[in-house]
Amino acid sequence: MNAHPVKVYVPRDSAARSVGADAVADALQHTADQGGIGIELVRNGSRGMLWLEPLVEVVTPRGRVGYGPVTPADVPGLLAAGMLDGAAHPLRLGIVDELPWLARQTRVTFARIGVTDPLSTADYLEHGGLVGLRAALEREPADVVAEVTDSGLRGRGGAGFPAGIKWKTVLGCADELKFVCCNADEGDSGTFADRMVMEGDPFMLIEGMTIAAHAVGATEGYLYIRSEYPEAVATMRAAIGIAREQGWLGKAVLGSALDFDLHVRVGAGAYICGEETSMLESLEGKRGTVRPKPPIPAIEGLFGRPTVVNNVLTLATVPVVLAAGAAAYQALGVERSRGTQVFQLGGNIAHGGIVETAFGVTLRELVEDYGGGTYSGRPVRTVQVGGPLGAYLPTSMFDLPMDYEAFAAAGAMVGHGGLVVFDDRVDMAAQARFAMEFCAEESCGKCTPCRVGSVRGVEVIDKIIAGEHRDENLALLDDLCDLMTEGSLCAMGGLTPLPVRSALTHFPDDFLGGRRSLEIQPVRATGSRAATTTEGRA
Amino acid sequence: MTTSGSDVTVENVVRGVAAGHRGERGALLPVLHAVQAELGYVPQEAIPVLADEFNLSRADVHGVVTFYHDFRREPAGRTVVRICRAEACQALGAQELVDYARAAGLPLGQTTPDGAVTVEQVFCLGNCALGPALEVNGRLHGRVGPAELGALLEGAAAS
Repeated sequence: MNAHPVKVYVPRDSAARSVGADAVADALQHTADQGGIGIELVRNGSRGMLWLEPLVEVVTPRGRVGYGPVTPADVPGLLAAGMLDGAAHPLRLGIVDELPWLARQTRVTFARIGVTDPLSTADYLEHGGLVGLRAALEREPADVVAEVTDSGLRGRGGAGFPAGIKWKTVLGCADELKFVCCNADEGDSGTFADRMVMEGDPFMLIEGMTIAAHAVGATEGYLYIRSEYPEAVATMRAAIGIAREQGWLGKAVLGSALDFDLHVRVGAGAYICGEETSMLESLEGKRGTVRPKPPIPAIEGLFGRPTVVNNVLTLATVPVVLAAGAAAYQALGVERSRGTQVFQLGGNIAHGGIVETAFGVTLRELVEDYGGGTYSGRPVRTVQVGGPLGAYLPTSMFDLPMDYEAFAAAGAMVGHGGLVVFDDRVDMAAQARFAMEFCAEESCGKCTPCRVGSVRGVEVIDKIIAGEHRDENLALLDDLCDLMTEGSLCAMGGLTPLPVRSALTHFPDDFLGGRRSLEIQPVRATGSRAATTTEGRA
Repeated sequence: MTTSGSDVTVENVVRGVAAGHRGERGALLPVLHAVQAELGYVPQEAIPVLADEFNLSRADVHGVVTFYHDFRREPAGRTVVRICRAEACQALGAQELVDYARAAGLPLGQTTPDGAVTVEQVFCLGNCALGPALEVNGRLHGRVGPAELGALLEGAAAS
């Protein structure tokens, strides 16, 4: 055995594991053991270059050298070639920090992810952990709120509401019991940044929630994680346990006057619980139906108490805002979209993953430069931006800058920065129909425009595709979209018309009939959803 | 005293689980997850017990159990395969996986008669850059083609 074992990183991120990272880690350990070679295997988060996963990194005097994507079968050859010295090999990528895809980004929220061991407190502290929380605890709550307001940080969950204004409302409430809730019900297709934060840098989220608690006077926090993310649940639970042991949570946080404890709650497979008021109902042990606003959750939230509800990325960005100062964060971005956004490239894309960069980057840069076009190699036809409730944009709009207001003016939304790419084989009438059908399946049922409108939407799109009274039915669909937009209680019904209308506007020829449509399998008739799905188990 | 042995089991399990979550705010969902973890599903007999434990009406508890996709009213197969059908996976051929499973005699939402495999749909597993994705007993798989799905289903059927 060597006196100083070589440090080797193999990600433990779910995406990396989904393509074999565990087997690669096992093969590395096994092969090294057999050869009597000492290695120190660290399971880090992912760098977010997901097409290169499993990405193995070796620490060398010149920096961390990457190899990928690695299969277990490659491991003996890699070791024989001198991988542990960073030697040449067909899978060698070079110094990871210098790879253009990564070097061009501005990693602020994602600065540590993929670099550190997610559950190592030593790594966390060595890489700037707790600097923001310590700075916050030395200041009055109102000053902390002002710092967040001045940074221009807007909610990263999709709606883009200024975080500081929300916090100020909660701070202004006199209640003794207040809550901080992190919405980690990242259910939108094309988004995975929240999952990567929770799996790759859980202490950052804990730190952000603790800063929020100090800023508004909260003593309890809830982290609502969707059940589809079992690894994120496990990692967050482990991190919370460690944070309590370290005195980063609990009584007298870091020796200050702040008492704050944090609980993980697991969702149960309801997309609507990503909507903040549905999430609160679910946290209270009820059906996840939407609450009408007002009252806003900042004043009457969880269990009727003043509650900060923010998305994972929003809260995870707070530590760096406090550590670096509002001005440093505010200096990034354009117009009223300040700081960085964590763009998530998914779907049919060659180089999918995480691109964190200042607002103002164009769709073309994201899809063509970073993304490298489609995975299939065929032409890009459309990109859906901002999740299932976001618009489908044609390539003619690719010079649109990523900016909340610029997108809104173009009839689209930046949302949470998720991009889903489709090649030229996509049937846009089927996608429009799917948008309505998804809404029908996942509507909480509380309001009629969403619950019934979505079912009628599927029917009328079917008639349009079949060529039945096309003009009348197109007018009817337009009217229905107006009604859903104006009359729904929350974004589910209110934004479903966005993908539908964008598909109609930009790809009208697809609605001339003849192409196959997707059909969601109704799982079961349940409660209010009985009105929108066919009966019984399929 | 009791009508059957299974009643005793369900009631004991539910009461035991509820006791473990006493003092937690709004604990019904964590309790339902725990009941399902113990029994594999949430049996009908659990509902009146839960209503009693949480001082709710049976209708309230029934409403919660049936609102969420995760809570099963009957046991699933020994292996549960969940195919992602959200947009990012659609863009890479998720429908081909659904069609393949159906052709193999496993339409969505159904369990094989021998109780070996259940195939379901799910909307987004957070693996949108490495689709099509699916999950086998909680384990995520990326870049899954019909051939790999076939191997997974065969392995599950043999287990």
